Amino acid sequence: MEIHTDSKTDTWKLGDHTFTSRFILGSGKYSLELIRAAVEHAGAQIVTMALRRANEGGLANILDYIPDGVSILPNTSGARNAQEAVRIARLAREVCGSDLIKIEIMRDTKYLLPDNYETVKATEILAREGFTVMPYMYPDLNMARDMADAGAACIMPLGAPIGSNKGLCTKEFIQILIDEIDLPIIVDAGIGRPSQACEAMEMGAAAVMANTAIATSGDIAAMAGAMKLAVEAGRAAHLAGMGGVRAKGGSASSPLTGYLRD
Amino acid sequence: MSAENHVNESILSDEIREHQRENRIDHMTYLPDMEDIGSEVMDRVISEMELYDYDSYTEADVRRALGRDSRSLEDFKALLSPAAMPLLEEIAQAAQAETRKHFGNSIAMFTPVYIANYCENYCIYCGFNCHNKIKRAQLDEAEMEREFAAVAKTGLQEILLLTGESRKKSTVEYIGRACQIARKYFRVIGLEVYPMNSDEYAYLQTCGADYVTVFQETYDSDKYETLHLAGHKRIFPYRFNAQERALLGGMRGVGFAALLGLDDFRKDAFATGMHAWLLQKKYPHGEIAFSCPRLRPIINNDRINPMDVHEAQLLQVVCAYRLFMPFASITISSRECARVRDNLVQIAATKISAGVSTGIGEHGEEVADKGDEQFEISDGRSVDEVYRALEANHLQPVMAEYIYV
Repeated sequence: MEIHTDSKTDTWKLGDHTFTSRFILGSGKYSLELIRAAVEHAGAQIVTMALRRANEGGLANILDYIPDGVSILPNTSGARNAQEAVRIARLAREVCGSDLIKIEIMRDTKYLLPDNYETVKATEILAREGFTVMPYMYPDLNMARDMADAGAACIMPLGAPIGSNKGLCTKEFIQILIDEIDLPIIVDAGIGRPSQACEAMEMGAAAVMANTAIATSGDIAAMAGAMKLAVEAGRAAHLAGMGGVRAKGGSASSPLTGYLRD
Repeated sequence: MSAENHVNESILSDEIREHQRENRIDHMTYLPDMEDIGSEVMDRVISEMELYDYDSYTEADVRRALGRDSRSLEDFKALLSPAAMPLLEEIAQAAQAETRKHFGNSIAMFTPVYIANYCENYCIYCGFNCHNKIKRAQLDEAEMEREFAAVAKTGLQEILLLTGESRKKSTVEYIGRACQIARKYFRVIGLEVYPMNSDEYAYLQTCGADYVTVFQETYDSDKYETLHLAGHKRIFPYRFNAQERALLGGMRGVGFAALLGLDDFRKDAFATGMHAWLLQKKYPHGEIAFSCPRLRPIINNDRINPMDVHEAQLLQVVCAYRLFMPFASITISSRECARVRDNLVQIAATKISAGVSTGIGEHGEEVADKGDEQFEISDGRSVDEVYRALEANHLQPVMAEYIYV
C-alpha cells in the first residue's frame, strides 16, 4: 500500500484556498525582521497576524514583514464580543485584501479564553458576508457544531491557554471534535513543543498553529523548522494508521475467545 | 503603627504645616457631585493592606511563590517583602520568562501629551499644585491639532492625554473634544485626567478614549490626607473607585499606580496590585496596566528627598506586579533614566514612553513652551532613539496594541 505523505498530494482546504503545509505560524511575539526566516524554516503557507498590529504606512507595520506568496490570516484579537469581532473582521478584509479571518473573542484578560457563544454569533454574521471564517474556540462539541452550522470553514480548538506552552490539555475533547465535525480541525493555542504538535497531528488534526513556542525559543528559525518536521511526522503517522497502545503489560493473543472450537 | 510615623519629613514645608493645622474637609466623604457606586473593593484592599506584615515573610515563602504556576495574594505579599531582596536576580529571571510568555518581545511605545496644566488640587509633592507659581496654559483646538500632528510625525500611534486636575478649566467637554481631535492622528488614546463619574467616562469613550489611568499616589488614607490638602483629589474614596467607574463607563482598560516613596512603598505596591487584581476579577474583560513612578524632584520645591525606593526596590516592585499578574501591561516612566528603562523593558516592563515633554504644547514648535512642566524627566530620548534602543536589545517596538471599536 502506498501512503501519501508527499506534501504535494496531501492537500487540505479552507473555503476556496488549498494548502499543502499544515503548520500555521504565529507572528505576534517575536521581532518582525525574523518573520521571513521563520516562515521559510516552517515552510508555512499561512501566517496569522493581529489586525491591531497593522500600522499601514507607519512604523513597525507587521504587514511589511510578511513575505509575498504567504496567506495572511488576520485575527480579531482585542474583540470582546461578536459585534467588535465583526467590525475588526471588516477592517481586516480592507487592510489585508483577503477573505480569511480568524475569530478571537475574549472577555477575560487573564486567561484569554475564547467566548464560544459570541464566537458562534460572529461566525454566522461573517460567513454570511462571504468571509472564510476560522473560529478559535474552547473545545466543546455542541458549540463546534453550532459554528459548523453557522458556516465556519474550520474549527480551531485550543490545546491549552494561549502562551502557556502546556500542550494538549484538552486532548480528549479535541479528539471528539476530530471524530465528529466534518471540517478541518486546527489545534491552536497551547502547543509548546514539537512533540505536542506531532501528537495533535497523529490524532488527526488537519493543521497546527503555534506562536509562543517559537517566540520563546532560543532560535526562532530553528524552532520553526523543528515544528515543521514534527507536524509532518505526525501527519505521516496519522495517514499510516496509528497502532494501538496498551496501558500496561503485554497482550495475550486471545484470552477470552481462545476457547472457541467449531 | 500610626500613619504619622511614615511621613517623610523632608516634604513638609512651614507653609504646608500651617495648612495642615487649618480645618480641612473630611477626605473620606464624597462631595455632592461625586457618584458613589457602592463598591466593596476599597474596604477589602485597605483592610488587607493594613494586615500585611511584610517582615513576617521568609526566604522559603518567596521561593514557594517563585515556584508556582499562578500566584496568590499571599505569594504577591512574599514577593514584595524584604525577604525577597536577596533573591532579586532569580525573581527577575522568573519575571522575564513570564513577560516573554505573555508578550513575546513586544514593547508598546507611546508618549504623554499635556494639553493643560491648570489644577485645583493642593498636593504638596506635585509641581502642578494650585499653590505653585508656575506658568499655566491650556491648548485650544488649533494648538491641539499642531501638537498632535507634531507627535504623530514621530511615528507614534498611541498617546496619553493629560490635563492637570481642573474640572473648571479642563471640562469633560474640553477633554472630549481633545479625544476627537486626537483620534484623527492616533489609534490609541489613554486619559490621565481628574477622576470623574461613570457617565462622563462613557462620554469620553465615545469620543475615542480607550483607557483611563489614575494614580492613587498612596493607599494609606491617613497619609493621603496629609499630602492632598485641597481640591477634589482630596476625596480618597472617589479617587480610589475611579478605575471601576471607568470600566462601568465602557473603557477598555484601566491603569493603576502608587507614587512609590510617598509612603511605605511595600504596602502601597501591595495595595496597588490587590486593587487591580480585585477589579480584574470583577470585570474580567478589563485590561489591567501598572505604572511604577518613584518620587522625583519638582520645580519650586527642592526640599523633597524621598529616595527610599532605590533601583533594587523599584525592580522588586515591577517584578512582583509581573509575577502576580503576568498578563498586565507595565509602563516605565521617563522619570527613570535610560539605563534603568532599557533594562526594565528587558525584564518585566512592556510599555515605554518616548519623546517625552511634561510641559504644555512643547511638541508643536509654534506653541512651544506655553506652560511649565509637572516634573523633570530623566530620559529625554526621542521616539527614534528609544525605538532603536529597543531593537538593539532584540525587542520589538509596537506602535499600536489596540483597535478602537
